[in-house]
Amino acid sequence: MSNEPTNNEKLISSFATSLVIPESQVSESLAYNTINEWDSTAHMLLIAELENTFNVMLDTDDIIDLSSVNKAKEILAKHGITF
Amino acid sequence: MLIEQAPYELTVAKKAPLLLAQLNSLTAHHREFCSEYESVVTAQWPNYAVANQLAAVPYLAVSLFKHLSLKSIPDSEVFKTLYSSGTTGNPSKIALDRETAGLQSKTLVKIMQHWLGKERRPMLIIDKPSILDARNSFSARAAGIKGLSFMGRNHCYALNEDMSVNIDAVQQFCSEFAAKPVLVFGFTFMVWQYFVEQLKQSKQRISLPNAILLHSGGWKKLEDRAVDNATFKQAVLEHTDIPKVHNFYGLVEQVGSIFVECEQGHLHCSSYSDVLVRDAETWHPLPLGKEGILQLMSVLPKSYPGHSLLTEDRAVILGEDDCLCGRKGKYFNIKGRLPKVDMRGCSDTFTPTVRERS
Ligand SMILES: [Zn+2]
Repeated sequence: MSNEPTNNEKLISSFATSLVIPESQVSESLAYNTINEWDSTAHMLLIAELENTFNVMLDTDDIIDLSSVNKAKEILAKHGITF
Repeated sequence: MLIEQAPYELTVAKKAPLLLAQLNSLTAHHREFCSEYESVVTAQWPNYAVANQLAAVPYLAVSLFKHLSLKSIPDSEVFKTLYSSGTTGNPSKIALDRETAGLQSKTLVKIMQHWLGKERRPMLIIDKPSILDARNSFSARAAGIKGLSFMGRNHCYALNEDMSVNIDAVQQFCSEFAAKPVLVFGFTFMVWQYFVEQLKQSKQRISLPNAILLHSGGWKKLEDRAVDNATFKQAVLEHTDIPKVHNFYGLVEQVGSIFVECEQGHLHCSSYSDVLVRDAETWHPLPLGKEGILQLMSVLPKSYPGHSLLTEDRAVILGEDDCLCGRKGKYFNIKGRLPKVDMRGCSDTFTPTVRERS
């Protein structure tokens, strides 16, 4: 079946869910602390959401580096997730 | 840049010139972009040009942040304002731009990685969940929890809204994670009053033998109850099995460059900060082993002139580069707060009585 969402779709949906923003707002360049919804509290929810969705364990370096949607892809790629 | 260095590996010979250069450039930056800071410097240090040693770097009384809006960025660049928890009078207001806020989080994580490792640990927070609600979110307690929560995962709050221990949640956390390295964090007084004491009174105990407890926030309230660091650690061990307990010290005015207590019980400067102790009468720097007023220096504050601050705490510098724990840098102990009357004297740095000659 081709109904399985792609990793990119999963990523967008993780951002939208944890930051409580519409999926249309999740662009590659969306960055930490540039919108009120992506503050340090939401950041921890986002990290947990990404860990659950992609079944990875992110360390403290990853959390600091994960400063944009684009960066999230890079970091997940490092953990073996392909986009 | 010091910020790229490991936190506890620089000896004074390497650190001192780098630190002095960075502090000098911060002084110049804030003189240019913060007119109130410039006024203080010209009033207190007439003909000041550049510091040739650490002790010659101009310093502000930390209480000035309660009275003045000291920032080196335009209002449009203010991304976040931190407030001190001061129970009396005005709180300090610290204006952060994105750059300084980012630098603070990165530095805090870098220091904490040294003590906790890079892996995030299951984290038990000794506070109530609503501490992060919007109405509390500007408090120092909330800011501390947010900052440290980056080091954790599976965050669990140990207290109910009425400050009783949520023993079911805590026991659930223990049964799930006790075998793993765990992080426990809380404010010193909260850990004592609402956790250890309550476990003791209700004759309950928990077991987290692989945990590290980090706590901060000052000893004042515990000293009033005659609880010292040794008593604190012993009681924590007795009621929770937590073998490693580290206090840390830091000001809202210098978030990020915190001072963590080592296994020898000493607070350590990191590569990104330094301390001096000054005589309360003459303001001269004091040698190792002499008690005086603590001055803190940090390379992080760029959006506000907080890189060199005279605190309201008494302290003794115990040594430099030679702590038995092996970490480099100065190490010290806090000896309590200044009496109120002294604080009034040294907070008024607009009156040019505080003058450093070098
Ligand atoms: Zn030490």
